[in-house]
Amino acid sequence: MGQARYRFTAWMTGLLFLIIGILLISLNMGPVQISPGDVFQTFIGEGSAREELVLFNFRLPGIVIAIFVGMALSLSGAILQGVTKNGLADPGILGINSGAGLVVVLYIFLFQSSMSSLSGWGIYLLPVSALLGAFIAAAIIYALAWKKGVEPIRLILVGIGVNAGFGAGLILFQVQMNPQDFMQAMVWLSGDIWSANWHFVSAVVPGIILLIIYALFKSSALNVLNLGDDLAMGLGAPVEKERLILLVIAVGLAGLSVAAAGGIAFLGLVAPHIARRVVGPKHQVMLPVSTLLGAAILLAADTIGSNIIAPAEIPVGIVVTIVSTPYFVYLLMKTA
Amino acid sequence: MAQSDELKTEQLPKRIGRAAFIFIFSCIGLVFSLGASVAFGVSDIELSTVWQAVVAFDPAQTNHQVIQELRLPRAVGAALVGSFLAVSGAVMQGLTRNPLASPSVMGVTHGAAFALIVALVFFPSLSNIGMTFASFIGAGLAVLLVFTVGSFSSGGLTPVKLALAGVAIGGMLSSLSTAISLHFQVAKQMSFWYAGGLANTDWTSVQILLVAGGIGLVIAIAISKAMTVLSLGEDVSKGLGQNTILVKSLGVVVVFLLSGAAVSVAGTVGFIGLVIPHISRFLVGADYRLIIPVSAVLGGWLLVAADTGARLVNAPYETPVGAITAFIGVPFFLYLARGNRGNM
Repeated sequence: MGQARYRFTAWMTGLLFLIIGILLISLNMGPVQISPGDVFQTFIGEGSAREELVLFNFRLPGIVIAIFVGMALSLSGAILQGVTKNGLADPGILGINSGAGLVVVLYIFLFQSSMSSLSGWGIYLLPVSALLGAFIAAAIIYALAWKKGVEPIRLILVGIGVNAGFGAGLILFQVQMNPQDFMQAMVWLSGDIWSANWHFVSAVVPGIILLIIYALFKSSALNVLNLGDDLAMGLGAPVEKERLILLVIAVGLAGLSVAAAGGIAFLGLVAPHIARRVVGPKHQVMLPVSTLLGAAILLAADTIGSNIIAPAEIPVGIVVTIVSTPYFVYLLMKTA
Repeated sequence: MAQSDELKTEQLPKRIGRAAFIFIFSCIGLVFSLGASVAFGVSDIELSTVWQAVVAFDPAQTNHQVIQELRLPRAVGAALVGSFLAVSGAVMQGLTRNPLASPSVMGVTHGAAFALIVALVFFPSLSNIGMTFASFIGAGLAVLLVFTVGSFSSGGLTPVKLALAGVAIGGMLSSLSTAISLHFQVAKQMSFWYAGGLANTDWTSVQILLVAGGIGLVIAIAISKAMTVLSLGEDVSKGLGQNTILVKSLGVVVVFLLSGAAVSVAGTVGFIGLVIPHISRFLVGADYRLIIPVSAVLGGWLLVAADTGARLVNAPYETPVGAITAFIGVPFFLYLARGNRGNM
């Protein structure tokens, strides 16, 4: 126990430092280079007006969103994997992300003129519509996978099918857009932190923080569920109720992530797997580690994506997919 | 599915009559759809004019021009693409004995589209035929990747694994395509291949389809008997003295010839390769000598009808045909996913 505890603490501290390190690099890089010294100066209030503008109004909101979306997605994936007892579950693969994406695109093009002109209450209704879409998608997937209970394998296959269905719905809708909006929607749907400003942070991040805290608080319930339904019921756990609560948390986290950063796939799959590998399967230690790991991966991917082919940007979701699919395929080959 | 159908091959003579009836019936359906596809559009043209334009072409008439240069190649192209996708799906299902195997589920169409983007960016002067070759290479690459993943996994390539490997490899390839197209600003062409559509089909594309696909179809029919035996199980096939490696290799060649040609003309049109072979198997039984021709005609029929629908649903705008095939294909996929068929 002592050693496990030590490992956990070591990983948490290491990851925390890693995130701070990437954060500092990310602050320095971009079309306007600002040296670490100047970043520090600006943070203690001694920077030039221009540096303040770039750091506080352009870079920091995006970084904050990347960190919290990374946390939310990896936590959502970890919970889905725990609840469905299937190591290959992920909000992207299951179709929850594309459901949320469909409703968001519908909302923007029905009630707002375009993606860049969101203002006032529009910003706060966006996460609501993403959540709505995520829950509708989850309900559809669950209902279609239900056949005297929900088998993990059937759930995944149904998820893939529903995902394709939402994709077709999106294509139908995208035809009505002008070419520029079409491309923007395409990019956003594959994962992009597209509206990095403080209004947006205030619309999405508080909800994510609340759900993360609640999820971490629930991690012991996930352990009991993993023992199998019979044993869990024997231990006196209200299995169906706990499962439902956990699912709601996972879907909520995925929905809010989509509102902020589009449909990033595979992150919710890869981060929990790495976490399980380094600190073991116990959810009390695995969930916090995978949360920080998700934040670190997404922040790194965002930094790479926005600088590697500058001045053009690669959307963060694309970087995540390219980097994590080989690992996913490896997992696929390994699990029986 | 293999075991339960084992005995049905014995009743071949009885089934041939039925298959012939279905084949002829679908051919008639296909011809009618082709006629409708040529006649309906932004401006409707009477069927008699269509007939005139085909048998007695008069360059002075606008309608004849529209039919000869736009609608006819498009309709014929749709028929060929549909039948190629259906046959490559049938071959994939036969080789892998996996009900979910099909060009779109396995990421093969994404592979072809990826290679097309790469060719477009790095070899912009490539001719149409060169582009088709790029598409073959991409399709072949994706087939190879998925089969490699399958053969190195513990427990073999179950339907779930196959679908997930397809999702992963398809996702990876389309992400790479997006990154490349954003960097080199060819996003517009990319969105065309990804949405899928037959709007740009001309006689050159039909020629390419006929040559590449013709070879693929001939090989498919040639190995159809061996494939029927193979679909009963690898051991049975080896026991009967079949060279399973040869059959499988030829099957892979068929898949990338047919899918590659289809994607280079029409982009990633999904689900035809999944749905049609199942319908054909349901209609004519488990013998691939019957499944392949019936799939070819039914696949062509479906895509011609879907393409006509794509033009009419929201006229004068075109709806991407991939969206229409998905609306037929997704419920079917869900039906397959829900059924606990033996090896699911």
